[in-house]
Amino acid sequence: MSENTLTKVPDIAAVESGLVSAGYIPNRQIATALFLALRLQKPILVEGPAGVGKTELAKAAAQFLDLPLIRMQCYEGLDESKALYEWKYGKQLLYTQILKDKLGESFKDAEDLGAAMKKLNSVSDIFYSFDFLEPRPLLRALQLNQGAVLLVDEIDKADEEFEAFLLEILSDYQVTIPEIGTVEAIVPPVVLLTSNNTRDLGDAMKRRCLHLHIGYPEQKLEERIIDSRVPGVNEVLRKQLVSFVQQLRTIDLRKLPSVSETIDWARALLLLHANELDVETVQTTLNVLLKFEGDMQTGHKRAGELTYKAVREGTPAVQAAD
Amino acid sequence: MSATQNIAASGQMNEVILRLLRAARGNGVRVSVAEAIDAFNTAAVIGYDDRQALRDSLSLTIAKTAEEKALFEHCFDLYFRREAVARQPQQSADGETSPDGQGTPSQGGPAAAGGVGGGDGQGGSMGSGTGAGSALGKMLLSNDEVGLSAAMETAAEDVGVANISLFTQTNMYARRILDRMGMRALEEEIDRLRNSDNPEDAALAERLEAARAGLGQRTREFVERQLALFGAETRREIREGALRAAQLSSLDRRDFDRMHGLVREMAKRIASKYGRTRHRDRKGVLDIRRTLRRNMSFDAIPFRTVWKREKIDKPKVMAICDVSGSVAQVARFLLLFLYTLTDTMRDIRSFAFSADLIEVSDILAREDIEQSIVKIVEAVGFRSTNYGKSLEDFDALGMPDLDRKTTVIILGDARGNRNEARVDLMEKIFNRANRVIWLNPEHRASWGTGDSDMLRYLPFCHQASTCGTVAHLERIVHDMLRDST
Repeated sequence: MSENTLTKVPDIAAVESGLVSAGYIPNRQIATALFLALRLQKPILVEGPAGVGKTELAKAAAQFLDLPLIRMQCYEGLDESKALYEWKYGKQLLYTQILKDKLGESFKDAEDLGAAMKKLNSVSDIFYSFDFLEPRPLLRALQLNQGAVLLVDEIDKADEEFEAFLLEILSDYQVTIPEIGTVEAIVPPVVLLTSNNTRDLGDAMKRRCLHLHIGYPEQKLEERIIDSRVPGVNEVLRKQLVSFVQQLRTIDLRKLPSVSETIDWARALLLLHANELDVETVQTTLNVLLKFEGDMQTGHKRAGELTYKAVREGTPAVQAAD
Repeated sequence: MSATQNIAASGQMNEVILRLLRAARGNGVRVSVAEAIDAFNTAAVIGYDDRQALRDSLSLTIAKTAEEKALFEHCFDLYFRREAVARQPQQSADGETSPDGQGTPSQGGPAAAGGVGGGDGQGGSMGSGTGAGSALGKMLLSNDEVGLSAAMETAAEDVGVANISLFTQTNMYARRILDRMGMRALEEEIDRLRNSDNPEDAALAERLEAARAGLGQRTREFVERQLALFGAETRREIREGALRAAQLSSLDRRDFDRMHGLVREMAKRIASKYGRTRHRDRKGVLDIRRTLRRNMSFDAIPFRTVWKREKIDKPKVMAICDVSGSVAQVARFLLLFLYTLTDTMRDIRSFAFSADLIEVSDILAREDIEQSIVKIVEAVGFRSTNYGKSLEDFDALGMPDLDRKTTVIILGDARGNRNEARVDLMEKIFNRANRVIWLNPEHRASWGTGDSDMLRYLPFCHQASTCGTVAHLERIVHDMLRDST
């Protein structure tokens, strides 16, 4: 971590306000995790349901630390030639062609094969140098002068072999390229890994990381998030819609609505010029929140009751404030 | 000077963290040495002043799953409550002594309600006369709760109460702590006061005696708390170790829940290993399409070869369980295992029999395991076992679906009450299935004795083993998933 980055975060509160300034409203654990990650130079493994802001956290961190964000999306079959580096074979071939004459010329005065070999040896390393190396996200993150925020997204989708391959980077911030040697990070990047828990990650991986679990936010926090993300929504509606979503999460659904769905819904309601929740609006916009047919049916059935509760809970607080 | 103090203080805090980690381990959080080091670094960065921040950050460093986080945070709260106890002793002291107060108001009254003011006054007046000589006695009489708690903590540290592992050690540790706190001197003093002629002394002895009893009780409670914190690991290890090796047929009813938990845990471990579609390279068979794609950048000259891969199929399982008598217990856990592992298998069909055989897949899929076992046993259980008839029923029900990819697990003691064994049907199963595994709760030595047909069935099993404990079950399920092709 560069000095510059560290001076930006003297304490946890600074991380919190920094993330807020980047439009990300963190809870206490999230701010603590990022603070520790910066101080201890450890990667953060972020787990939690889809849509609670795992990827957003990395983006916000990059924005407030003023570092470039390098994102690597994992998928099955991802290997080092796509994640780390690749030789520019075409360029190598082309250069050999171009240099053919030049080489012939310089070998002309070689007395025998041994001498020619010696000469060749002195130039051959050129072809396996950084000039012919195509850096992929991981290598790029290590090579940036000011450091970077490296986001390894959905690590659980990658194969176990790739997970093992990541270990060297995560613990020592270096990678080994067989033809060149070990490349160390100029400035160790801030690493965030996200996982949706489709499979258990290895213990070795977990051991190297700080483990942050982001769950669904509480009412207050979610209101703040909506306020920051969809500023046009008035306070009454905001309280009501968040309360509705919070209640929806207590029902047995196949896929619970996440923060991202709440934000989408708030935007939808804003577009419809809704000032308060009513059953009809809820019924027509419920498809923004719920993504499965079965969930929709349950949602429609209970929409009336939940809306009533949300309106009742949302409104008196405002009156009291007035 | 301040530097050395700092070092001493940090040493003490390290001790605190170490013990916290041990307590966390005891409560089921896995903490490796490297994580312990991380915990120290974390504590050094965060500091100890903000307890909430410390809790959050240690939880981030140490606990690696949501469940572990809950466990750790519970443990953290439990651990640091000890310090809170030192801060609010008045309430606990009242709570403890009030029952005494009801029984013997003359003694309990002053000891409990003496409070700080009254106690101090009396202590001062007696100082001129005989008074309480021992330090412990003074603290008790003046109701110096903070001092007492501190003394108890120090004494506990000295006797190493963090090593406590079994409840039988409670009294021993309590006694040792009391000794360290100066209980001997106090007892001697009480004796001396009792024997004295001065009536004031006798009254003082009474009060000291009452306070001593209260202190004894408190110390025991203190040690019990330590046991809850530090002893959990040993207790759980012993218990689970015993359960793993326990014969399922003689399992105590109250251990069922715990055993269920254990089986689920094992199953989860196996499931995470085999849950995904697995592939195996077929070395030697070139995958031309993918090789060309991979070598585009070499002008399609195949520098890097890609071999054809074959998918390792999830096994198709048919479980045939004897649900008569003692075998039913083992069947219950085998079924629990299989149904917890549903995701790692393509298809499970289960059959239960004693005299007749029925398919029970539906019952098991719909209801929880407790309920279904009851239902299954009601339907077919506790009748005179007939293996031949049951195999005939299986021939009709399951045989059409039995193919080269199916693993058949038969669970039973092979005691068919001298009915026709129908070994021919067993041979048919053997010829059609991928694997036939026979699990027999009886020990190998008793196979074939009496009415056991085990030795006649044995040639038609790919694998036959004794299976009486969950450890056996785990091994067998593991083997089955690994070897499946």
